[in-house]
Amino acid sequence: MASISSRRLAKELREIQAEGCPVGISLVEANDFSKWVFTIQVMGDSLYQDEVHTLQFRFDPQYPISSPAVQFVVTDGKQAPIHPHVYSNGHICASILGNEWSPVLSVIAVCVTLQSMLASCKKKERPADNDRYVKHAPENPKKTLFHYDDDTV
Amino acid sequence: MIDGTQDEDDDTASEMDMDNYADDFKVAAKTKRKPYDVEYESLSQRSVEKLMQRDVEHICGIFGVEADTANLLLRHTKWNKEKLIENYMDNATAVLVAAGVTLPDAPTPSRTHSIASSSQSQSAARRPATRSKLLGLGSSSKSSAKSSSPPKPISRTPSKKADEAFVCQICFNDAPGLQTLALDCEHAFCTECWLDYATSKIRDESEHTVRCMAEGCALVAPDTFLRDILLGSVPATGEQQAREKTWQRLQELFVRHFVACNSHLKFCPYPSCTNTVSCPSAASKSSLITVVPTVSCGARGIGVQDSAASMSSSQQFVNGLGLKGKEHKFCFGCQVESDHRPVICSVARMWLKKCRDDSETANWIKSNTKECSQCQSTIEKNGGCNHMTCKKCKHEFCWVCMGPWSEHGTAWYSCNRYDEKTGVDARDAQSKSRASLERYLHYYNRWANHEQSAKLALDLYAKTEKKMEEMQITSALTWIEVQFMKKAVEEVDKCRMTLKWTYAMAYYLYRGNEKDLFEDNQRDLEKAVEDLSELLESPIEADNIPALRQQVTNKTVYVQKRNEIVLEDTAVGFLDGRWRWNVSVDGFDDPEDQ
Ligand SMILES: [Zn+2]
Ligand SMILES: [Zn+2]
Ligand SMILES: [Zn+2]
Ligand SMILES: [Zn+2]
Ligand SMILES: [Zn+2]
Ligand SMILES: [Zn+2]
Repeated sequence: MASISSRRLAKELREIQAEGCPVGISLVEANDFSKWVFTIQVMGDSLYQDEVHTLQFRFDPQYPISSPAVQFVVTDGKQAPIHPHVYSNGHICASILGNEWSPVLSVIAVCVTLQSMLASCKKKERPADNDRYVKHAPENPKKTLFHYDDDTV
Repeated sequence: MIDGTQDEDDDTASEMDMDNYADDFKVAAKTKRKPYDVEYESLSQRSVEKLMQRDVEHICGIFGVEADTANLLLRHTKWNKEKLIENYMDNATAVLVAAGVTLPDAPTPSRTHSIASSSQSQSAARRPATRSKLLGLGSSSKSSAKSSSPPKPISRTPSKKADEAFVCQICFNDAPGLQTLALDCEHAFCTECWLDYATSKIRDESEHTVRCMAEGCALVAPDTFLRDILLGSVPATGEQQAREKTWQRLQELFVRHFVACNSHLKFCPYPSCTNTVSCPSAASKSSLITVVPTVSCGARGIGVQDSAASMSSSQQFVNGLGLKGKEHKFCFGCQVESDHRPVICSVARMWLKKCRDDSETANWIKSNTKECSQCQSTIEKNGGCNHMTCKKCKHEFCWVCMGPWSEHGTAWYSCNRYDEKTGVDARDAQSKSRASLERYLHYYNRWANHEQSAKLALDLYAKTEKKMEEMQITSALTWIEVQFMKKAVEEVDKCRMTLKWTYAMAYYLYRGNEKDLFEDNQRDLEKAVEDLSELLESPIEADNIPALRQQVTNKTVYVQKRNEIVLEDTAVGFLDGRWRWNVSVDGFDDPEDQ
């Protein structure tokens, strides 16, 4: 029997291929069930006009019971968007990726949530503790216990 | 008040009186507590569960709810019964919704609560579930939360249904007759997914709160629901044990949470131990300036099942003394060290911080080798005794101060006291800082030495054990009769710990009569310990065993007495407010005001 994560991801992939991604989001790479890559753009009026960012998902065999490890790619000249909840190493502080993860959420749901997080941003700035965090951050953002203070920014 | 209730109250009151009498009797039957021993009680996981049960039953009785609901409510309010009752009387619906017992009444499913124990907590506002339909996968007939339903207690058994058109929105299993479960919100998922989810929360995240898996749904799975998931259906072969373990882990997490919510309770910090210690007299921070709450959960060893039965008596001896059989002793007030008597928690913590900050300067002291002050050959320390004899030149000296040992045997033994004069005489900044370093090193040196000697004590145990076996062969002594050696080794180890912390205390004690008396007691104990330590390392001959036994026994009794004097005098000093510090310590007068 295939593991729950591969069965579930196969289903998600089939849906993406059949229905396409929502506007501003496109699938770049999904060669296996351990790592997927998307590009993400904010449509309409926003502080991130004309910016294209790359979002990486990593899955463990426990997905979707456990959340995916999601971060912006910051290698090969790519950069993380400047946002109060996005660290310069690409890690994202969003409760939906941590204690509010629900197994019914999908990869596309995460993409759309992050897209709207950018769209509603009022001021482009890094988190206050960016330097300190980036210096000591674990490689995998899931190992960080973020303090979700204000999700509405 | 209604008559019937009155009677019930009377019954409860007289029952409580009986309990009090029983307690009084128990206390009276105990031997008199020493002033340096704090009063405490050791509780098994079962006994803590009984305490929880009592609160749950109390709440069930008042609110007229089931145990499942009472449990969720109590956990949500951090087991603060008074606060829960007050809030519940004020607005029961709000409390039930906040605790995840019932669905919110209003159509806006805003989740503004936070569960007390959640390690991640603090989320101010949770994301509403309005997007779930848009973003969710496939087309689910069971959509987002019911818009309006009156709050009602969760039914005791989870609703199971075999829905033929059902597709689990997590694993996408659509097998006909798939077993599904849902809380009152009716967000149904297959039992397999519920099991995986609950297991992952409990085992991987050490989380005792398992919420509904639907996005934005605030309902919390009650205990009976989780029990049905974990232990309900007959699992595949080999899986049953894992599930029972998860259930047991959940019970432990419940107890840990309860203990963490009560300041007079602490969970035993030893690995895989599930005992709790109750120590009301050390529950407040302010109590820690007058008592050093050294407690023990009552268990010994690491790992529950020690194959003690299969060991020989001598193996048991070594294990009993060594790490494996160590008593679960810990400080109720801090994590500094299991037993840092006689010094109070805050001063012990301050001293350790200083040692960490100055570690490089003082590192050389900790090394196991030094040079003989007479012939410069390298000498290695391999026992606990500080009386060293150079193998090469036979020079006898003290390992701690490197001074000749002959001076230590006399009445003016003063290895323990730092001559403050050198510091006072220093004038310029450089010699002042040098003097302060020297002063620190004096105390650190002696502190570290006792710690090191205690570590070397393990070797001493092994040596002692061998000696005892020899004794049984070469003399008519029986196993019971050679216990005096074990007792002596244990006593030396215990006293070295006391001595170690007396140096941390002395470093911060304000100069004056009180400190002089403290150091007199310290010196007498140190001398007695070194004497006994030396005796334990002396060679054993068959014909000197009865004499040795007499000597060791006498000295052990004496060391025990000296240790008691140090501990008792210091403890009484804290209770009387006699001690003054040369730095500012919370709860004490500042040194400037003295
Ligand atoms: Zn499922
Ligand atoms: Zn639900
Ligand atoms: Zn224990
Ligand atoms: Zn302490
Ligand atoms: Zn020598
Ligand atoms: Zn000395």
